[in-house]
Amino acid sequence: MNYFKQDLASLHADLVAKKLSAKELTQATFDNIKATDPKIDAFLALNEDAALDQAAKVDAAGIKEDQPLAGIPVAIKDNIVTKDLTTTAASKILTNFNPIYDATVTTKLADAQMITVGKTNMDEFAMGGSTETSAFKQTKNAWDQTKVPGGSSGGSAAAVASGQIVAALGTDTGGSIRQPAAFNGVVGMKPTYGRVSRWGLIAFGSSLDQIGPLTRGVKDNATILSTIAGHDEHDLTSSTQAVPDFAKDLNDATSVKGLRIGLPKEFLADGVDEDVKNAILAAADTYRKLGATVDEVSLPHNKYGVAAYYIIASSEASSNLQRFDGIRYGYRAQDVKNLEDVYVKSRSEGFGDEVKRRIMLGTFSLSAGFYDAYFLKAAKVRTVIINDFKAVLKDHDFIMGPVAPTPAFDLGAEIKDPITMYMNDILTIPVNLAGLPGLSLPAGFSNNLPVGMQLIGRPFDESTLYKAGYAFEQSTDFHLQVPTLGGQN
Amino acid sequence: MNFETTIGLEVHIELKTNSKIFSPSPVAYGADPNANTNVIDFGYPGVLPTTNKGVVADGIIAALALHATVEQHTHFDRKNYFYPDNPKAYQITQSDKPIGHDGWVEVDVDGVKKKIGISEMHIEEDAGKNTHERDYSYVDLNRQGTPLIEIVSKPDIASPAEAYAYLEALRQRIQFTGISDVKMEEGSMRVDVNISVRPVGQAKFGTKTELKNLNSFNYVQRGLEYEEKRQQQVLMSGGAVQQETRRFDEKTGETILMRVKAGADDYRYFPEPDLPALNISDDWIKELGDAMPEMPTKRRERYVNELGLTDYDAMVITQTKEMSDFFDATVALKADPKMAANYLQGDVNAYLNDNHVDLQATKLTPANLAGMINLISDGTISSKMAKKVFKAITNGEEPKAFVEKNGLVQLSDPAKLQPIIDDVLQSNPQSIEDFNNGKKRAVGFLVGQIMKQTHGQANPQVVNKLLMTALQQ
Repeated sequence: MNYFKQDLASLHADLVAKKLSAKELTQATFDNIKATDPKIDAFLALNEDAALDQAAKVDAAGIKEDQPLAGIPVAIKDNIVTKDLTTTAASKILTNFNPIYDATVTTKLADAQMITVGKTNMDEFAMGGSTETSAFKQTKNAWDQTKVPGGSSGGSAAAVASGQIVAALGTDTGGSIRQPAAFNGVVGMKPTYGRVSRWGLIAFGSSLDQIGPLTRGVKDNATILSTIAGHDEHDLTSSTQAVPDFAKDLNDATSVKGLRIGLPKEFLADGVDEDVKNAILAAADTYRKLGATVDEVSLPHNKYGVAAYYIIASSEASSNLQRFDGIRYGYRAQDVKNLEDVYVKSRSEGFGDEVKRRIMLGTFSLSAGFYDAYFLKAAKVRTVIINDFKAVLKDHDFIMGPVAPTPAFDLGAEIKDPITMYMNDILTIPVNLAGLPGLSLPAGFSNNLPVGMQLIGRPFDESTLYKAGYAFEQSTDFHLQVPTLGGQN
Repeated sequence: MNFETTIGLEVHIELKTNSKIFSPSPVAYGADPNANTNVIDFGYPGVLPTTNKGVVADGIIAALALHATVEQHTHFDRKNYFYPDNPKAYQITQSDKPIGHDGWVEVDVDGVKKKIGISEMHIEEDAGKNTHERDYSYVDLNRQGTPLIEIVSKPDIASPAEAYAYLEALRQRIQFTGISDVKMEEGSMRVDVNISVRPVGQAKFGTKTELKNLNSFNYVQRGLEYEEKRQQQVLMSGGAVQQETRRFDEKTGETILMRVKAGADDYRYFPEPDLPALNISDDWIKELGDAMPEMPTKRRERYVNELGLTDYDAMVITQTKEMSDFFDATVALKADPKMAANYLQGDVNAYLNDNHVDLQATKLTPANLAGMINLISDGTISSKMAKKVFKAITNGEEPKAFVEKNGLVQLSDPAKLQPIIDDVLQSNPQSIEDFNNGKKRAVGFLVGQIMKQTHGQANPQVVNKLLMTALQQ
């Protein structure tokens, strides 16, 4: 079976009513993944035996009304550690790495009795915007297998879009949930920095990384976020803010009435595809019709975001990725003569080009004599960008705009051109720099490829974004359209 | 040519916390390799550090004990380098905002007092340990994450003797706070040393060398003395001192070249993004300051000015907080301070050295030491008998009960002693004649006879007095 016509609530109802068992659902999920994945290559590892065992246990215990996620399969991005389930972050350097502990988010999903079916493909260490830097396979866009799925959570987005799974976790450092969600026509939330524990997330840019859900609809997304969010004693950067039941108030389209929305003129500037612009302008009209006001606003320093980001994220990454040294776990080069050989050869052979590029960039930015001009300057730019957002969000409930300047591009089109690839993130990166929540949801089509809209909120105000997203979803039918996977389904 | 010497000391102090600085693993010694570790200590993918608040408190205490300013808005930084005992390939430490800065300690070298400045102190994690056997290398991460405080001196130390005195002052003050054992022999205090010399009057510091393998304060002083002379000789012979690391040889007392430094290491410090900044409140600093014990310098002043001890006695008693606390408790029980000091420096220290134990690990108590001293003071026992009593109190026996049980009570009653003296005099007419002829030695013989009669229990002072009166009649 595929999940095109099911959401979490309907699956839960079927499970409670015993129309199907968790084991049947899980088995059907694997059957569908095996049938469809040769076309899109979304998964790096399947957890079949353990998942079916787990599903059988859930069935045996019985699924009750107050267990909305029990027995429902979920997919996890491969940079989130899962105990006894191979976790590679799509890097050769973590080939066959079997973690001895679970990430907080996977523990929380397991506590909710969700069934982890497998690990999804991604850009190596989440560095990339097309899932083309994966060391293992090339995931394809669910709508057109000649296009990239976006990245870095391309596997999670394609898996949800193609009906392989009802929900998946992704991670977002500079747009890695929102952009693949947009490219595949699904809903992706990058929560406020600190909303979700990073314990067990293989770090890329520690001050930017957040885990978030990808789903077909807004309500499912809200349900998953409520489940994985909250303070964690293992992560001192996780917030003690109370976690609302985000899905609870999602009932009608009128909840945006009276809200003030900011539409930054920089988000519709040159370089943004006409179809994308038009989709956003149409979405603004939809919101006006629903009783909200949409003002043109300005984020004047937005254009410096990409430069600041590539210094900060790469600097942190250059340090975070040093632990992959071939000594304690992961890939170790053969034919080494001494300790330096172990380091140099293991890392040279274990990391891909994009990862190496960023390690070099970050190492340079932190070096004595360059630190002030690069890292420190970037940190100052970050503050300026935060202040831009503060100013707009002072009298606007949220900001709307595109997720990416274009829909999904051709496989192989940009991978040799890092700067063009980096510029794809110009509209998502500033949100990470400011630590704000960002929701990506379907807002139109361009040549049969989905176009995504991004809603950016105040810190810890994911509620408003979900309400606005839900209202938009109820007023449009973009989220109801499904890809055909080359004629299948 | 006259030279002046500049010495810099970086002292690492291991804190006595229950758990590690950034992980819940226990801090304990003697465990099997890698027994006291978890995924954080191993630098597994996806792990995050959490700050042990007790370590921050210890950092504040150390700053206060060393007269430093506590940096109230501080954070951790990463120091990046590859080494197998460094599992994350970075050390979490403090670089641009250390928890304490601009402190000092006072030293006394040959009666000359001097303040030595401390530029900064920061809290950080220790690394693991590499060992090499035959064709294999082993990594033990038990020590990884053990909390340390690094204390960096200002370039105020001008001689090896001052370096020794600085280390002693530092050790004592930290020892009194109780945050560390500060024992070089056990590795809870480690010292990195650098030294340079320059002609008197030259503004620029000379090129410095670093010394390694200095495993005691004595070796620090001896290594520096050798290195000071060596550098002077290099300069006098027209040569230039190289920036290099040298190893102290304990056998020869010389320093030997290990490696020449080719330019500075680049550790690419940057703020640790996984840990929130630390905001230390005035209240917390006050709370920790109020709970701090009286420091050794204050105690020494009190011992000299109020209790009449000599400077030397006061210094010896304040070597450790345990000794000083023991002394205070003994004196509080009305024991004579001078006698208490003498016993602690003499018999007690000898006992500790002979048995290789710390004071707190013995059965000695201030109550029993005070009890014994008071028995001596009131004449109940002689200092000779006290030797037996001291042995008993090291076994935890109550001195008064021991004395009574063993009949060690001194015979001081003249009414009881007089007949014995009379008896001895009657039996030794020759001695009386000798005394009358000016032979003072006769007295000693007579006292000996009296002690023999009383099985050593006669109070010698009373015997002397009674005997002299009898002889002079």
